[in-house]
Amino acid sequence: MSSTPFSQGLAAGAIRSGASLLYAGLGEVLVERAGMVNLGLEGTMLTGACFGFIATARSGSPYLGLVAAGITGGAFNLLFGFLVVTRRASQLASGLTLLFFAYGLTALLGDPYGGVRINGLGQFNIPLLARIPWLGPVLFYGDALTFAMVPCAVVVWWVLYHTRWGLALRTVGESREAAYAAGLNPQRIQYEALFVGGVLGGIGGAHITLAVAGNWVEEVTAGRGFIAVALVIFACWQPLRIIAGALLFGGAIALQLQLQARNADISPFLLQMLPYVLTLLVLLWSGRKRVFQMPEGLKEVFEGTS
Amino acid sequence: MIDVAESAIPRRRPVLRQLAELPVAVETARFIAALIVALLAFSVLLLLQSRNPIPTLRDMFSSTLGSTYGLSEVGVKMIPLLLCALAVAVPAWLGLVNVGGEGQLYFGAWLASWPALTFTHLPEIAMLPFMLVFGMIGGALWALVPAVLRARGLMNETISTLLLNYVAILFVQYFVFGPWKDPASANFPQSREFPAAANLPTFGGTRLHAGIIIAVVAAAILFFVWRRTRWGYEMRAVGGNWEAARRAGIPIATYTIVALLVGGALAGIAGFGEVSAIQGRLTPTLSPGYGYIGFLVSWLAGHNPLTIILMSFLLAVLTAGGDSLQINQNLPFASVNLLMALTLFVVLAQRSRRRAMA
Repeated sequence: MSSTPFSQGLAAGAIRSGASLLYAGLGEVLVERAGMVNLGLEGTMLTGACFGFIATARSGSPYLGLVAAGITGGAFNLLFGFLVVTRRASQLASGLTLLFFAYGLTALLGDPYGGVRINGLGQFNIPLLARIPWLGPVLFYGDALTFAMVPCAVVVWWVLYHTRWGLALRTVGESREAAYAAGLNPQRIQYEALFVGGVLGGIGGAHITLAVAGNWVEEVTAGRGFIAVALVIFACWQPLRIIAGALLFGGAIALQLQLQARNADISPFLLQMLPYVLTLLVLLWSGRKRVFQMPEGLKEVFEGTS
Repeated sequence: MIDVAESAIPRRRPVLRQLAELPVAVETARFIAALIVALLAFSVLLLLQSRNPIPTLRDMFSSTLGSTYGLSEVGVKMIPLLLCALAVAVPAWLGLVNVGGEGQLYFGAWLASWPALTFTHLPEIAMLPFMLVFGMIGGALWALVPAVLRARGLMNETISTLLLNYVAILFVQYFVFGPWKDPASANFPQSREFPAAANLPTFGGTRLHAGIIIAVVAAAILFFVWRRTRWGYEMRAVGGNWEAARRAGIPIATYTIVALLVGGALAGIAGFGEVSAIQGRLTPTLSPGYGYIGFLVSWLAGHNPLTIILMSFLLAVLTAGGDSLQINQNLPFASVNLLMALTLFVVLAQRSRRRAMA
């Protein structure tokens, strides 16, 4: 680590730490565009992180682990869907309830896997390109998920703006009544958005245990899910802007790790505040215009009436 | 369904029937029904892990409702839950969402610790009020930034209070690992022990402390303010119809700031209680999520301070039961979150206010 220049380590770290935020953020964009706020995203990620790890430890394949993480993340979000779509329960309370559900479930099921080591997601070079000075090791060395970051964001963007399903989803997010009047089935679309969002959130969580940490500890996601919710606001609910946001917020995490690795004379606890404080500052700086870009269906959630 | 004509004429009805129609009784019955379902689901999960659920549940009962000491431990957990729930309720009257109870608790605890560690020779009569006030100021300070940003329409308080929770916990960690670390405790991150004058009095041999009185009195005062004063009326007006309240000239920005500061101060009292009476020093593990559980308590109680007292008791039973899981059954403490979440899940699923469309 100490042989690579600081800027290079920081850039590579921003991608590595930003990956989990990107996938979770893209998932939450779909959910929020369909008119819901899942504060339990932290729980979705935690579920994916835990089940992804268990599946990898059992099967030996991190790719099977990713599949398990995606399915359990999606299933987890369907529970949220049952509460807020079918039963019309409060979204914020439901999200927090599911967060506790994930804390408890993963603590219980993950307990036997505490000290287990796994073969996580392998890192590899892209031939030739990886030899470009400075840029090569940053952009062309990584794991399957870091390479898929930009393509995945583009796919979500394309689905959201260039498919019928995407249009239907955005309509539901603006007005359920209008969507219903247009012959759509709002409930079904919200469930679908939640499932796809949960798959992405679970995969994002799994990146933490399978590629970054390499082991399982309770609450391994450490608030990343909440940062991802903030990231969606920062990105104005636009999938492509999630890329920039994930790199920025990932960069804050990476900066903290880089300074720590270089024995900077700052307490690690103060450094760990960085991502949260930076997230707040960025949201503040990016200002109130966000409110106008918020899907109509979300406003009542944030005003505490739903 | 209450018939208008019937409700207009006072008529004697059987007492039991009247009790059963009280909203509080309905809430409690729902909660207990949900708890039974959750206990069954939890038992199935334990069985799947090839653990025997019977002794687990028996221990949980005997260590909470089944003994005097157990009940006192429920009271111990109820204090921070009640205060953190009130911290959510006051802003919620205006339609504000304070998810920052956890951070406000930690920062209040930090500031309340300062006099205890600095002026070690103060007598109890001066020390405790000093710490209480500092705890309140600390909690309020932690809510100040989200409050001002919200009042000026710059940032939604949901996200800002949530993110600040992590900052407050790290802040306390910084102090107990750094400047305030007890030199005598080799590897344990904690501050020096407070002087005896800084410990809130407890009730005969238990850990139940005077904070319970503060918390219940606070709930009673807030109920009065909510129901019987102009402030409460105006706050409910803002929460009911923001635009109409603004046109009626109610100073919404002022109420926003004050409500969030009062909320923060209440959570700060919870932090003060934990360091003063339970830990006797500042530690980085003050709360197993009281701020978040408090949010759910307040929401379950419809932000009604009196109902909050009851709901915080019920959730305190679950939280106290978590200790027995860890101690007697060798389960991770966090698994009690599962039981709590299952209960809340059933409660939330019961409460459909209106059927979904189509």
